[in-house]
Amino acid sequence: MREHTAAIKPPRGLWVPFILGRPFGVPGDSAFQRRVLIAVLRLLEAPAGPVLEDYAEEAPRPTVEETAGMACPVSFERAVDERDLGAALSREIEELSPWHDLAAKRRERTTTGLSGMTMDEAALFLASYLNAAPQPNLDGMSAGETLKIVCDDIRAYYYEAAAAKPGNPDAAAVLHWFWHDTAAGRAFLALQEICVASDDKSLQVLGGNFIVPRAIMHTLGKH
Amino acid sequence: MVRLADLPDWEREHMLDKVKDCAGFDARPWVKPPPLKQCRIAIVSTAGLQVRGDRPFGPSATATDYRVIPGDTPAMDLVMSHQSVNFDRTGFQEDHNVAFPLDRLNELAREGVIGSVADFHYSFMGAAPIRKIEPKARELAGLLKKDRVDAVLLSPV
Repeated sequence: MREHTAAIKPPRGLWVPFILGRPFGVPGDSAFQRRVLIAVLRLLEAPAGPVLEDYAEEAPRPTVEETAGMACPVSFERAVDERDLGAALSREIEELSPWHDLAAKRRERTTTGLSGMTMDEAALFLASYLNAAPQPNLDGMSAGETLKIVCDDIRAYYYEAAAAKPGNPDAAAVLHWFWHDTAAGRAFLALQEICVASDDKSLQVLGGNFIVPRAIMHTLGKH
Repeated sequence: MVRLADLPDWEREHMLDKVKDCAGFDARPWVKPPPLKQCRIAIVSTAGLQVRGDRPFGPSATATDYRVIPGDTPAMDLVMSHQSVNFDRTGFQEDHNVAFPLDRLNELAREGVIGSVADFHYSFMGAAPIRKIEPKARELAGLLKKDRVDAVLLSPV
């Protein structure tokens, strides 16, 4: 945020007009990233400061095709028994696996794996909370810490799979798809309520702020 | 950084409310580094990055520590455990350079635009109360000096 940097007054700062999470603008566009990087490094040559410059080049906006309706890799039918969100989550993960495999192959990486669990194991772990029979925490971690990285893994798996399908969905479309059109999103929302109501402080903290994005809470009228 | 006007009203208010908590550079240190083509550069991120297998960042209020990211860390082993769910991760998932431009920095070093790239880079999780991070930040500054770093690229998310 420009306002925050202006208040902090670091010796040198470059304001960039990109979404949060992308300080160098455009993933997969090395030329774009390089221009941003050189602009910020050139600030080292400033004779005096503090310096706060604005970077003028915008990241390309998503096209109408990219934003009009999520180019979702899999259009899920609602599980027959929506009461069993854990089962629906496991089924979705299985259905997404070809797309996630493709994403990992193309990118030669995946950002899943924080918990050390397979996706099937992660789904069962999350379901254990939905079913009021939580599995044990990971060694040395609280319930909240364990559940957090399990959620991170599941969300990363979905996001990566979503990006594999032709159509180049933008970040907002992926977010909307996950939270509005998947059993995983519904499971996360249910999990949040369970955490907030828990007696475990680590779960309360997790449920309060670190499962559902503020943007989704607002769209759902929960804020 | 991001454009405040692009945010919805409620998010804008949330962000502006944090300005009062921003720590200022009271002494406003100004250090003139060597010419860019001689500078040794390190990246310090607040994206909650870690090498796969390292301990994930913990709850925000206590996560004042940092993770070490060796310069030869393969992209496959660079992961994110930031607590926040309120910034985009799809960009990082696609290409770590959009948040942690190590490949770009190495290219500039090979081309002679900068002098060299540090052996070690670091990541905090930028969610802890800012002044509580200071002891670890000072510790990290000492490590950067030992790595002969002239300038640090601070990369927030």
